[in-house]
Amino acid sequence: MIAESGHYALVLALGLALIQSIVPLIGARLRDAALMNVARSAALAQLLFVGASFIALVMLHVNSDFSVANVYENSHSMKPLIYKITGVWGNHEGSMLLWVSILASFGGMVAAFGNNLPLSLRAHVLAVQAWIASAFYLFILVTSNPFLRIANPPIEGRDLNPVLQDIGLAVHPPMLYLGYVGFSISFSFAIAALMEGRIDAAWARWVRPWTLVAWIFLTLGIAMGSYWAYYELGWGGWWFWDPVENASLMPWLAGTALLHSALVMEKRNALKVWTILLSILTFSLSLLGTFLVRSGVITSVHAFATDPTRGVFILLILCLFIGGSLSLFAGRATSLKQGGLFAPISREGALVLNNLLLSVACAVVLFGTLYPLAMEALDFKMSVGAPFYNLTFVPLFALLLLAVPLGPMLAWKRGDLLGVTQRLLAAGVAALVVIAIVWAWTRGGSALAPLAIGLGVFVIGGAMTDLSERTGLFRLPFATTLHRARGLPRSAWGAAFAHAGLGIALIGIVCETTWNSEYIATMKQNDVAHVAGYDLKLDGLSQRQGPNFREMIAEFNVSRDGEKISVMTPSKRNFTTRGSSTTEAALLTRGASQLYVSLGDATADGAIAVRIYHKPLVLLIWWGPVLMAFGGMLSLSDRRLRVGAPKPARAKQRLQPAE
Amino acid sequence: MRRMMVTIVALMLLALPAAHAVQPDEIMSDPAKEARARDLSRELRCMVCQNQSIDDSDAPLARDLRLLVRERIAAGDSNSQVLDFLVARYGEFVLLKPRFERQTVLLWLLAPLLLVGGGLALWLQIRRRARSGADLPAPPLTADEEARLAALMSDETKSP
Repeated sequence: MIAESGHYALVLALGLALIQSIVPLIGARLRDAALMNVARSAALAQLLFVGASFIALVMLHVNSDFSVANVYENSHSMKPLIYKITGVWGNHEGSMLLWVSILASFGGMVAAFGNNLPLSLRAHVLAVQAWIASAFYLFILVTSNPFLRIANPPIEGRDLNPVLQDIGLAVHPPMLYLGYVGFSISFSFAIAALMEGRIDAAWARWVRPWTLVAWIFLTLGIAMGSYWAYYELGWGGWWFWDPVENASLMPWLAGTALLHSALVMEKRNALKVWTILLSILTFSLSLLGTFLVRSGVITSVHAFATDPTRGVFILLILCLFIGGSLSLFAGRATSLKQGGLFAPISREGALVLNNLLLSVACAVVLFGTLYPLAMEALDFKMSVGAPFYNLTFVPLFALLLLAVPLGPMLAWKRGDLLGVTQRLLAAGVAALVVIAIVWAWTRGGSALAPLAIGLGVFVIGGAMTDLSERTGLFRLPFATTLHRARGLPRSAWGAAFAHAGLGIALIGIVCETTWNSEYIATMKQNDVAHVAGYDLKLDGLSQRQGPNFREMIAEFNVSRDGEKISVMTPSKRNFTTRGSSTTEAALLTRGASQLYVSLGDATADGAIAVRIYHKPLVLLIWWGPVLMAFGGMLSLSDRRLRVGAPKPARAKQRLQPAE
Repeated sequence: MRRMMVTIVALMLLALPAAHAVQPDEIMSDPAKEARARDLSRELRCMVCQNQSIDDSDAPLARDLRLLVRERIAAGDSNSQVLDFLVARYGEFVLLKPRFERQTVLLWLLAPLLLVGGGLALWLQIRRRARSGADLPAPPLTADEEARLAALMSDETKSP
């Protein structure tokens, strides 16, 4: 009954989405407020029904109803409750259902909180949302229905892939999808603007908070996924330039560019056409990511060709939306009036440079991901991996980071590059001092590492300089500074935090990759490993029975200079149902650095292969993005964005209080 | 055909219990040579894995390749000789950093071309617009705007 209800709710959601796709547009054409308002109620009702459908699938998984194929294939009655719930989106069908649920949530939020939008704009935006939703409801119902029953229900399920039985699955995919799908709002706004042929600074002010929300989630989602890979996969890698990762990085790069260009548009009414194009591209890249991950094309072009139903369906959606929106753009963009002139050296100019570098970086990732696929189709098998991106992507980002401190300090319209450079002197000197110290400290090591750390310090110093300049720190009395700091718009604080986060992440990345120490050996009981000043003594091995796995646990006593610090217990789990195993690394955090122990195979004589790493300042890699997301949230709480675009009616009232 | 057989055998091996990336028994006694082997391993693809280098991969094929790399290094090959040897055996697919060749020109030149081309185009456009904007006289006010301006001006003179 639950499965059928969930299925039916999804069909009803499709019906509602179809209504929402058409009726509001007719209303906008006829200037009929009632018809345009259909969008609002349809979007809310759609959310209700997709929500019901999603909850139905969660209930089926929680109840371990193995008569439903999706539950049978991805669940197990002995699985802990949390993984029964997260297992809902740990598979293709369920994750698509999560995707549309989040899409409907964003639509519902626009419907519920979009009261200050002009009626016809809201109608257009929600109609475009509904087009996307309809396409994906159809996709789920036709090719990936999670509610299909099995004629002869088996007694036990096949369990979820053990690697996914982790708290990471509870957080990472929903976050990532909130980001991916969140960009659909700026896409819909862009299409609506093109259809209406009207776009102004107020438009940018509406779009920016939505883009910011999506960006915050995507930033956290990517960082979370990276940390998950780091501790779960057992060798401490945190970024692999895997196509699946690239699929999430591309919308992030484009979305970051969009945030900055929307800023120019909001403040200076310039870069309109480019902002619209970026809105379209960002969501197109999200769709492309969905296609890459969900169609199986990544594994091999040929794997895709053997079971093409799903892939071809998403490819059709992809072509329809990207092709359609770009043709609309090509047809209408010229009619948008360009405004806001500026000199090349100006805040606008800096933001254009930011956009150029981010777009090229994004194009590099796009090419690196798709080029081997295209070549495979031409019968030339090749690979594009980390060494390629280190040579292409990394220099682009280094250039970008070099420019980051300059941008916020340049004046709008016409900036004074020399003056800004002088004001950044302190940050530059700090960077040089750090370079010298690191250089002296690691004599004979890599020459690039100190330079890169200096760059990170420069970025952080630049963010701090920007804040101190704005608040008059050291120039004015401290009380005035405090007062100014309180009066500073939160978006200025947000930008400084986000930029500093970049520098912090960079320092973490450089330290981890350059000074990572590693110890690989077969250890017996009472053997001691010496890694980066720590002594790890293997106290013994033990076996334990978990709910749906057996695990072998090793106990390490960690000490430094004879002083006992802690006990680390890495383990290796064997999942009986799938016959596969996972390594559960043990992590010991010391400041921002970590000791990392993971187990290999045991030998017959009771010894075990062990991998121990000391990763200096590795946590900065993820603290950086968290700080960036925090900056985004600060910016989101800015009064200017919270209040939304000014309402002409209210403004008029405020002008005549005396009457 | 031979390559396909290798793949099939490797895929069968993959089903066996996973070994771990870089096993203790693989490590070379000479640390300098071992470091070279590790650097090379990071540039070589484990062909049965999804985008993993043989340094990261648990697959038995990756272990075979790691041992092969170390064998070549021990035999006195230079880094590029080792790579040549592996490419001759397994094709370009084994390289995570594709070589600069006819088929990969576009891939390698994309970033510099886009950066220089895009930068140049943007610079010219901004300069052109800034100049034409500076020369352009402000558009004349419409009758409507004239009237509003007049009204505002008269307000201004009356109110203080």
